[in-house]
Amino acid sequence: MEVLTVNDLWVKYYTISGIVSAVSGVSFKLRKSEMLAIVGESGSGKSTLGLALLNMVPKPGRIERGEVILDGVNILKSSPREIMKIRGSRISMVFQDPFTTLDPLRKIVDQFEEFLIEHGVDKTRARSIIKEYLEAVGLPERVMYSYPHQLSGGQKQRVSIAMAIALNPQVVVADEPTTALDVIVQKQIMDLVDSIKEKYKSSIVLITHDLALALERADTVMVMYGGNIMEYAGKTELYGNMKHPYTRGLFEALPRILQKTLPKSLPGNPPDLRYPPPGCVFHPRCEFAMEKCKSEKPPLIEVSKDHIVACHLYG
Amino acid sequence: MGLLRYTAIRALMIIPTVLILYTLVFIVLRVLPGNPVLAALGTKNIPEEQLQALMRELGLDKPLYVQYFDYLVNFIKGDMGKSMIIRGRPIASDIVDKLPATLELSIWSIIFSLIIGVGLGYLGARARSDRVKAIIRLTGSIVFVIFIPALGLSLQLLFSKYLGLLPTGGRLSTTGYFKPITGIYTLDALLRLDIPVFIDALKHIVLPALTLGLVISGPYMRLTLNNMEEIMESKMIEAYRARGVRDSKILRHAFRHVLVPVTTYTGLQFSLLMGGAVLTETTFNWPGIGTYLVDKVMYRDYTAIQAVIIIFAIIVGLTSLIVDILYALIDPRVRY
Amino acid sequence: MMRAQSIFTILKNKYISTGLIIVLVFVFMAILADIISLYSPVDPAGPPLQPPSRDYFMGTDNLGRDVFSRIVYGSRIMLMIVAIAVAMSGAIGTMLGLISGYLGGLLDRVLSFIMDSIYAFPSLILAISLSVALGASPINAAIAIAVVYVPTYFRMVRGQVLSIKNETYIEMAKALGLPSIRIVLKHILPHVTRTLMVVFSMNSADAILTEAALSFMGLTVQPPTPDWGFDLYKGRGFILLGYWWIMLFPGLSIPLLAVGFALISEGVSTLITARKR
Repeated sequence: MEVLTVNDLWVKYYTISGIVSAVSGVSFKLRKSEMLAIVGESGSGKSTLGLALLNMVPKPGRIERGEVILDGVNILKSSPREIMKIRGSRISMVFQDPFTTLDPLRKIVDQFEEFLIEHGVDKTRARSIIKEYLEAVGLPERVMYSYPHQLSGGQKQRVSIAMAIALNPQVVVADEPTTALDVIVQKQIMDLVDSIKEKYKSSIVLITHDLALALERADTVMVMYGGNIMEYAGKTELYGNMKHPYTRGLFEALPRILQKTLPKSLPGNPPDLRYPPPGCVFHPRCEFAMEKCKSEKPPLIEVSKDHIVACHLYG
Repeated sequence: MGLLRYTAIRALMIIPTVLILYTLVFIVLRVLPGNPVLAALGTKNIPEEQLQALMRELGLDKPLYVQYFDYLVNFIKGDMGKSMIIRGRPIASDIVDKLPATLELSIWSIIFSLIIGVGLGYLGARARSDRVKAIIRLTGSIVFVIFIPALGLSLQLLFSKYLGLLPTGGRLSTTGYFKPITGIYTLDALLRLDIPVFIDALKHIVLPALTLGLVISGPYMRLTLNNMEEIMESKMIEAYRARGVRDSKILRHAFRHVLVPVTTYTGLQFSLLMGGAVLTETTFNWPGIGTYLVDKVMYRDYTAIQAVIIIFAIIVGLTSLIVDILYALIDPRVRY
Repeated sequence: MMRAQSIFTILKNKYISTGLIIVLVFVFMAILADIISLYSPVDPAGPPLQPPSRDYFMGTDNLGRDVFSRIVYGSRIMLMIVAIAVAMSGAIGTMLGLISGYLGGLLDRVLSFIMDSIYAFPSLILAISLSVALGASPINAAIAIAVVYVPTYFRMVRGQVLSIKNETYIEMAKALGLPSIRIVLKHILPHVTRTLMVVFSMNSADAILTEAALSFMGLTVQPPTPDWGFDLYKGRGFILLGYWWIMLFPGLSIPLLAVGFALISEGVSTLITARKR
């Protein structure tokens, strides 16, 4: 059963230098306690998509059309007041950089408590929730009374995760939750995310640029490029049966321990989304590009069960 | 404990600063050629004997280095020397008399400039239109070039002469029965629960404080506007939003971040404020240390000028100390 | 290096061109004072306290002197004092800053501490005391203002020198055995000049206000010399009686000229930050 359904979502940024199509017609479904990884380079629209899931695309961005249905309610149609109640309690977010997302002037307990009280939890109950969830993310109770600068990056990210799960939301969106951390801490944080998924049966949207991480941790992987879905499949299906040239390019660009040669890097740069290329957005960098790719946008094709590809090679 | 140690060290740091200024002023006033007594009297037709007697009385006959240290030692004991003009009048008592008036003016000016500067800056940051922002930014950079006497005189002309609402100068209309405590009249009136005097004192301080406050409010406008805008676009605010915290609370948290640079700036601002206070006091006949200085300047009363400079140096030092402590209290990241 | 194109970009900057226009108007006024003013600035031109009219379009003061003529001639004193003051403090401050920053060591520490102490002190109050000690005259006022602003240049130049000093090309110049003075003059000074321009024009705005303040306390000129600040001081008793024009025009000229310099400074600094990006 789906907890989150996204239908034909379009997001554009109206900047001074032009209109940027950050997300173009993205649809997907997220089941209970599923982890979906959205993979893409920077500028692929994955972070904008993440923010759109909470209906908080920053100015000058605008959600043009589409639906984000959380538990049967289209939150893009919710009033500002309703959406405030939904954010943090039914869908929450963990950001990339724990160094900038916590308020440096306020103690953890004050920030945490304020958030809980905003969602109607009373003060005594709030205290016990804070203790419970700090413990759940593996932090000692005294962290409560610390200021963010007294904590390490990993500890701060744990605090953010604790806040993100404290009200047991159906969906947690984690935008590059480990990118700003060092390697060992990255693994610890991802283990924590895994264990939370198991323990609280939350559904997780993991936004990352790292295909290896997605293939290792997620249940389903969605590859995005230039604001469009390129490929979408279950982890094992995708690993064994990679279809889209872009996905394969990303995969071949991964460093491998046993490989003697250097990984192949993907040639070219991500497209300027103010002037997206006609046809398939990926065609200027695609080694298999055909005439058709330059003019006609490839539809999403189901190549096998629950495996969708947007590429003319399979059309 | 950490804060106490920090405070103590910072307080000690004031001493060399004051010494440097004292030395500078001493060099300029005493070492440079010219007889200070003659300059003070404004005449050269004075019998040599009488001049010598006067020099002896003021201690000016001793070698310069002795004068330098004598004055320092006496100053520490609370003796700031005696006026060269009004013979025998101790300067210390003059300063004790005048200082509260200047403090009162400074405090009210800072209050006004914070209200105007931070207020407009905040409104600018919240404004939707870019034109409003640009206007506030421009105002912020222009108000500080206003010439205080010109603004002061215009306000006097408008509020006193034409509207007849406020007095043109002085600190109180009726001084007869009011016994000050601290010398800061608005505060004293409140302490004595004397509302009519409070209102009267307030009426007298409004124009001077508004003049000075407006002139120094510019940097606050820009500081508040720019910082507030920057913070509102930060990841921290995005994270607050993502947690469903309501806007009014988010604004309050963002505003706290603005207070950090505003506090720091108030420390830097203080020397500008003191300079402005001298002009404001002159314009409004405000009997503070600024008018005192100008008065002594007119008569070339060197001892008094020297004392006033040292007092100002101490005030500036103390303010920056207070600001540093405030800063440490607002921002937990500051280590001392 | 200033090519025609870069001069064009500089003039295209709205702040700089507006500022330049304002400053140049006053400069021409000072130069051409004899031609522009209709009356003598020191002798009565008509009846006292005439409101602005066709004959005296800024009115006359309590001695019947033409206010406009006094404004025009007043700009001479103002610009002269400010130019001398800013040139002196700029030269001394820059030189000391270069030496102190480049040599470092004890000298640097002592000099910095002295400069910081002066910098933290209310500049106007120091300027007043210095003018008194030196005696009231235009040139002494200029010296007093100069002394007060030396630390402004010193701190900026020293900071820049410290940040440039350790860059590779300076190290290389040292390794090549170039004498210190040449390194400072040829490699460091040109880098400092851009920021110096910002400080220079900002400082001119400050100096104008300080000059006006010193004049307002009677520390620059003797009557009947026309001077904006001094005229304001002399006329203030009449101003409060309702003769507003005695105040309005000097009261506007001072901030206007200061705004001119402030705008140039603002414009130059936006150009510099824009170039860095």
